[in-house]
Amino acid sequence: MAQTIKGQTGEWEIVIGMEVHAQVLSESKLFSGASTTFGKAPNHNVALVDAALPGMLPVLNQECVRQAVRSGLGIKADINLYSVFDRKNYFYADLPQGYQISQLYHPIVGEGQLTIDLEDGESRTIGIERIHLEQDAGKSIHDQDPHRSFIDLNRTGVALMEIVSMPDLRGGDEASAYMTKLRSILRYLGTCDGNMEQGSMRADVNVSVRPVGSTELGTRTETKNVNSVRFIRQAIEFEARRQVELLEGGGVVVQETRLYDPGKGETRSMRSKEEAHDYRYFPDPDLLPLQLDQGFVDALAADLPELPDEKKARFEADYGLSSYDAGVLVAEKETGDFFEAVASGRDAKLAANWVMGELFGALNKAGTDLADSPVSAESLGGLIEAISDGTISGRTAKDVFASMFATGKTAATIIDEQGLKQISDEGAIESALDEIIAANPAQVEKAKENPKLKGWFVGQVMKATGGQANPAVVNKLINQKLG
Amino acid sequence: MTELNRLSIAAARDGLAKGDFSARELTQSCADAMAARGDLGAFITPTPERALEAADQADARRKSGDDAPLLGIPLGIKDLFCTEGVQTTAASKILQGFIPTYESSVTTNLLRDGAVFMGKLNLDEFAMGSSNTTSFYGNVVNPWQSTSKPDMELVPGGSSGGSASAVAARLCLGATGTDTGGSIRQPAAFCGITGLKPTYGRCSRWGIVAFASSLDQAGPMARSVEDCAILLGSMAGFDPKDTTSVDTPVPDYTAELGAGVKGLKIGLPREYRVDGMPAEIEQLWQQSAQWLRNQGAEVVEISLPHTHSALPAYYIVAPAEASSNLARYDGVRYGFRADAPDGLPEFASLEEMYATTRGEGFGPEVQRRIMIGAYVLSAGYYDAYYNKARRVRSLIARDFTHAFEQVDAILTPTTPSAAFGITEEPNGVEMYMNDVFTVPASMAGIPGISVPAGLSSDGLPLGVQLLGRPFDEVGLLRVAQALEDAAGFITTPQLMA
Repeated sequence: MAQTIKGQTGEWEIVIGMEVHAQVLSESKLFSGASTTFGKAPNHNVALVDAALPGMLPVLNQECVRQAVRSGLGIKADINLYSVFDRKNYFYADLPQGYQISQLYHPIVGEGQLTIDLEDGESRTIGIERIHLEQDAGKSIHDQDPHRSFIDLNRTGVALMEIVSMPDLRGGDEASAYMTKLRSILRYLGTCDGNMEQGSMRADVNVSVRPVGSTELGTRTETKNVNSVRFIRQAIEFEARRQVELLEGGGVVVQETRLYDPGKGETRSMRSKEEAHDYRYFPDPDLLPLQLDQGFVDALAADLPELPDEKKARFEADYGLSSYDAGVLVAEKETGDFFEAVASGRDAKLAANWVMGELFGALNKAGTDLADSPVSAESLGGLIEAISDGTISGRTAKDVFASMFATGKTAATIIDEQGLKQISDEGAIESALDEIIAANPAQVEKAKENPKLKGWFVGQVMKATGGQANPAVVNKLINQKLG
Repeated sequence: MTELNRLSIAAARDGLAKGDFSARELTQSCADAMAARGDLGAFITPTPERALEAADQADARRKSGDDAPLLGIPLGIKDLFCTEGVQTTAASKILQGFIPTYESSVTTNLLRDGAVFMGKLNLDEFAMGSSNTTSFYGNVVNPWQSTSKPDMELVPGGSSGGSASAVAARLCLGATGTDTGGSIRQPAAFCGITGLKPTYGRCSRWGIVAFASSLDQAGPMARSVEDCAILLGSMAGFDPKDTTSVDTPVPDYTAELGAGVKGLKIGLPREYRVDGMPAEIEQLWQQSAQWLRNQGAEVVEISLPHTHSALPAYYIVAPAEASSNLARYDGVRYGFRADAPDGLPEFASLEEMYATTRGEGFGPEVQRRIMIGAYVLSAGYYDAYYNKARRVRSLIARDFTHAFEQVDAILTPTTPSAAFGITEEPNGVEMYMNDVFTVPASMAGIPGISVPAGLSSDGLPLGVQLLGRPFDEVGLLRVAQALEDAAGFITTPQLMA
């Protein structure tokens, strides 16, 4: 999908801003000691303060602060040494306090940026307005009883980073590239696990449209809680089309909150601006303003891991990979690490081809991922070596790989067990060839007249050596002897 | 062995240490007093049997050589402190039947030091009030009676009215209170006892039902300055569970008692001379100043120019925080939940359940303050009210900072009047005026103490207030002791057990 959409009256530009909620990777919640482990029995991970019992007070989890600062550094953002927690007041059954602790006026992270890579090889820089820390809400379960709703507070109070972009994105492709890149950075940093299907990352997508060339922003809608990259693209596509049709039909876009229904592939209205809550924000008097010192921030900055953009540049420079290959390999930290383990001290391009080709293909087909790969990086490296030093041919290597994938054995073991070692010894090949020449004088004459018939001798040598003769050596000798 | 309940904490401690009587005997004496004076309505949940068990444990501890500072001392606990296994209501219907599984930090400290809890004391609902007439569990009666209208039941002040009444009537030796805008000092003054609001951050708020988080502070109420000093020593301390509590050592608060005021400078703020203040209040104030002067203090007039803004700013900040703090009482997880209307099995919506529960569960004063608070925080009014009030608050704090560059303590009346009749309760704004002298210190977070200093023309106790530098409770108590010595306040209430 492009940055624009064609309507009856002309081209419209699709303008998008995203608010991504990323669950902070931490042992315990933002303001309590309760565990953040996913998938526990309902109401298992609940401290007294999470259930908002009388007199309970929040105590800020320093690990969450660390993670938010590291995330900010990962998007090259200003870190605010002074930030304040505010209360956002509203009533809901899965919000025990009756307010969410968030940061409205003074967020912990200020402006930053992120580079997205597009399919056409172009990249664009997207502005990020802020990151603030806030509490997640609990879960209301309405479908287990005809008369009652159930409340699960396990998620209540878990730390979220709300990462707010500028309205810099154009169209669904850029929005999904943004989400993918953001997820990649956070996973590199280890500040969010990025498990979108578990709700660890979800996006509120603000969409508006305007005629191409216009510099004024149109009225936007906010589609809440979209939890996959594919749905983000679909929701934008639907929403942009809906808005264009509305505007071209003489209507107006209403500023409102909408929901995306993945089943129907459409967004629908949740509440309009008039129905919007008055959240009555004010600074949480239970918490002092958060003051960081520059030394703390500097130490975190010094300790930051290599991030995808830097790794990609290094892969291109050090391994001579194409921008595309490097991009694919760095998207997931684990893939990049795996690749480097395979490529280290070996033929890097060959390593890249094998990782992205045979290995990814096999994993995909087996429905598993790199973490559970039966072929380790070291083991795949062994295979690359066997190819590079001529122990086996490229063709044989594919069979060896299939056996490695099926059995988990190393390349060397399989080559040994199946006797696949290639014969490169000229003496051995020459004696086999000499026997064939001696036994087939008629064929020798024909081949001398028609060089195309040399292939017959190649076949015979391969047959005599059980297919293990190095084809390059065979060809060389035949050319010498049959001129 | 009679009248052990009338002993001071200091005297009881000596008696227990010497073996003159046991903690059980002392506790029994208080339990009898409570039974005899049930008509005061001071307790919501009396726990005499638990107290006697605790007293036996205290006696056993003492036998094994323990000499914890409050070992075997019977105290009353304001029903705003969560107490493990004992109903905690905040005097509200909405918390009826709520039994915490946890013990507040302050009461944990008191238990550590051996205190015996006689029960949970009545208060204004969610500590909102100055007369203890907003409790769902009934009014508290002041044990003092007016000489001109001896049949009239008087308010004990509020919100720690049960604490003040119980201590004054000798139902326990001391009590915990909490002070948000005067809730320790004003009832102490009305009941002729001593009440100390420590510096904000001195006592942990963890486990205390919150009213206004940036103002709430626990403190002791007792029958002498020394007893308050002893209690504060146990109540105070840094608590990592309350990030607004301050990590500074707890000194011996009795250390400078009796050191006198010679050479100290005491300020009288001219702005506390308010219109319509009864002459007897003014006279007592001047008399108190003279007492300190007689002991060698230098008394000077000072100015706290933003005093007049304190009360209006307080009635923005406190309700704003309360409106948010009280949102958790929604009938979902604990406490009271209303029945669905018209005998229906369930509510039509979650919102209806909230509205009905909160409508029935909160009394009118609490509802009024929630509405004020929600209003001043709402979009479009936030800057005009809440933010402005916060700015005023910092100006008030600055007034005190400047004042304490000139003086060591500030002397003011505690209240603009003596206790009034339960039935002659003033209207809303007049009621709020009760806090006019106590609120500024709350807004500034500085410590204040009310000491009984004399009687009104109707024979009712009147208190004067001393304010001190942040975390200088030691110095404040020293001046208070000098005042107490000079005032020689020995009159006792008519309805004393």
